[in-house]
Amino acid sequence: MIKVENLSKYFGEIRAVDEVSFEVAEGENLVLLGTSGCGKTTTLKMINRLIEPTSGSVFINDQNIMDQQPESLRLGIGYVLQNTGLFPHYTIEENIAVVPQLLGWDHARIKERTQQLIGKLHLDASLLKVYPAQLSGGQQQRVGLARALMADPPTLLMDEPFGALDNVTRAGIRKEFLQLDELTRKTIIMVTHDVQEAFELGDRICLMDKGRVVQIGTPKELLFQPADQFVSTFLQSDRLQLEFRSVTLNDIREHLPKTDTVNKDQSLWSAMESADKDGVADLSQLMNAFNQYQTKIKA
Amino acid sequence: MKDQQNLWAFMYQESDKLLTQTLQHIGLTFISLIIAVLVGLPLGIFIARKKRYSGAVLGIAGVMQTIPSIALLGFMIPLLGIGAKPAIVALFIYALLPIIRNTYTGILGVDAFVTEAATAMGMSKKQILFKVELPLAMPVILAGIRTATVINVGVATLASFIAAGGLGEFIFGGISLNNTNMILAGAIPAALLAIIFDFLLSRLQNIRLKKLKPATATIPVLLLILASLYFIPSAYGSKLLAGFTPEFMGRQDGDLGLKQKYGLKIRTIVISDAVMYKAAFEKELDVISGYSTDGRLKAFGLMVLQDDKGIFPPYYAAPIVRQSSLKKFPDLEKTLDLLAGHINDSIMTELNYRTDYLHQSPERVAKDFLVEQRLFKPSCNGTDGVVRIGSKIFGEQYILAQMYSMLIQGYTNHSVSTKTGLGGTKICFDALTNDQIDLYPEYTGTGLLVLLQPDSKIVDSLTVDKNKTYNFVRTEFVKKYNIAWLKPIGFNNSYALMMRQKQSDQLGVKTISDLKKYLDKK
Repeated sequence: MIKVENLSKYFGEIRAVDEVSFEVAEGENLVLLGTSGCGKTTTLKMINRLIEPTSGSVFINDQNIMDQQPESLRLGIGYVLQNTGLFPHYTIEENIAVVPQLLGWDHARIKERTQQLIGKLHLDASLLKVYPAQLSGGQQQRVGLARALMADPPTLLMDEPFGALDNVTRAGIRKEFLQLDELTRKTIIMVTHDVQEAFELGDRICLMDKGRVVQIGTPKELLFQPADQFVSTFLQSDRLQLEFRSVTLNDIREHLPKTDTVNKDQSLWSAMESADKDGVADLSQLMNAFNQYQTKIKA
Repeated sequence: MKDQQNLWAFMYQESDKLLTQTLQHIGLTFISLIIAVLVGLPLGIFIARKKRYSGAVLGIAGVMQTIPSIALLGFMIPLLGIGAKPAIVALFIYALLPIIRNTYTGILGVDAFVTEAATAMGMSKKQILFKVELPLAMPVILAGIRTATVINVGVATLASFIAAGGLGEFIFGGISLNNTNMILAGAIPAALLAIIFDFLLSRLQNIRLKKLKPATATIPVLLLILASLYFIPSAYGSKLLAGFTPEFMGRQDGDLGLKQKYGLKIRTIVISDAVMYKAAFEKELDVISGYSTDGRLKAFGLMVLQDDKGIFPPYYAAPIVRQSSLKKFPDLEKTLDLLAGHINDSIMTELNYRTDYLHQSPERVAKDFLVEQRLFKPSCNGTDGVVRIGSKIFGEQYILAQMYSMLIQGYTNHSVSTKTGLGGTKICFDALTNDQIDLYPEYTGTGLLVLLQPDSKIVDSLTVDKNKTYNFVRTEFVKKYNIAWLKPIGFNNSYALMMRQKQSDQLGVKTISDLKKYLDKK
């Protein structure tokens, strides 16, 4: 569990982060969303003390991070960067083994864990002996993820983890990310400026602007109960797609003709994709149900 | 030179010396390089951490880099004496800047994302430095060390100025002796050293990142081995230490003659004329080669050892005049001869001391002397033609030219124009033969060895006796050039061995034979 209380960071007169507070439950995935310069990355970096806060406090599992040695604090937190930050002079194998080495794991244990992880992350074993520069962007990002996951830390901080990838690679890797069992158990805070990504990966989203939190909530809350005009404007351009993706069949259940075969957790979006083949309902039925749901929720 | 051997023969013949000098050269280069790396690397890391100091540190290192090397060596004699120590310090100073700067640049050049990742992984500052920053900066740092090595191989040639040995001994000896083979015997190995070391270090730089770790470990070992080369060659010991100029080392009327005719065995180092006298004064050296009327003799309390076997040819000074000028100005010869016999070695030394060290004008020194000798007469402001007096470009010649000028103006009705500072012997003599000047002071030895250049047999037969030399040049000059040698002024500005006056008194060494006897005594 991570608890952030009144966290602020001033750079001279500029309030990069201004009285930010939130909580992330065990196993939850919180996305810090906002335009560049909104303070989301600074907030993230204060959690593993890459940046020291001006005021406020952070507790990880009820322990104040300021009471710990920065090095030992960081050893317990996985970190994934936008530009991967892989060591160019280390092979992939050595890169992945950085944290276990620091923790003093023995050789066999490192090797075993490496094999396990590269399997899960679909990395070829032949890549272990090469250097980062010889890998594609997508592969590098997987290695970056593997490095962060090696020591199986309970907490993971991710700074635009897919930011450097092209859209196709990005969509693919996101899908894998959702399916990765290593990640489902973890408490994750992730920074992104990509609304789609935030809605797809976040259990909850913390929308930030000018160093302050505008709204924290589930994707649905942000869409249907926006805190203010800024939130609805921010989501406007992708609204329809976001709504389709975040509304589940369970939500519109009462408006559907037949309800017995419904998979409750399936999103409207995926139901629409399979509507034509033996789906629960056809496209017009789904749209109809969605419209009724929308009217009801706004009322 | 007629019987100059070819280069390979020279190098073969001098292979012992060549080897010694090369080893010394490598040793000097690498001792200083090791120290520079030991100091420069941490300093570079420090300023990469604390950037506000970077300007000051790089600035100071840059300024030290610009100090002319010979000046730097000169500064160090009072502090560190002569020999290896000041040479190593000087080389160290020159090697420092590229190492500090490249370490600094190399570390700053490491991708910020990589160091951030390293920090976020939980590495300590020290771990980041040794596992990430230094390995990634290593190619740039090695490039700096490479630059420093090449600079050091070059500057180490100057080490011979202060008796630290190295290939500079051949190079500068060759330049002084106008011996091309000797220059090349020093310059070619020096150039090869620079090329070889540069190549080896470039290979090191290109080694794959992975293999860098063992490679980095071998560098210090390699450097230490190379550095230790300096200590292998050691000259035979003796009670006294001599410092000779490179020119003196290679001349028959120099070190070679000392060995042949006196059988003098003294531990000898090669040193520059510019610092030699001072080094003798500072008791770094006991015996030096020099010029017998040099003002520094007096300045530094040195005395000339008598050349009792006559290996140094006489360099008696006398005015040389165009025959046509003597006819044109009938009273000229008589006037110039007024000075003959008035100035002996010690007087000339004293006069040189006053211009060179007390910085009195040659005019004042000349006038004071003439007044004291009761030779001075105020100028007659004569109008009967102009006598043109020339001089070479050093203090003694200026003084003599001034004296002649005053004598001519005082004793005759002619006026005078002086053309002082006429480069070297060749320029002065050409001006005389081409009727640009009427006279200038010349030395018998120079007239014989530089201008007439007779067979070595004739030279050998003449140089033992100052009168024979004088008579020979006088008759030959009239025959060949229509130029007359007037009466000698009295002093002899020849090569000489010198010691500190005090030491000479203590040891009872007054002549070169005394010196040999003292050295042979166990």
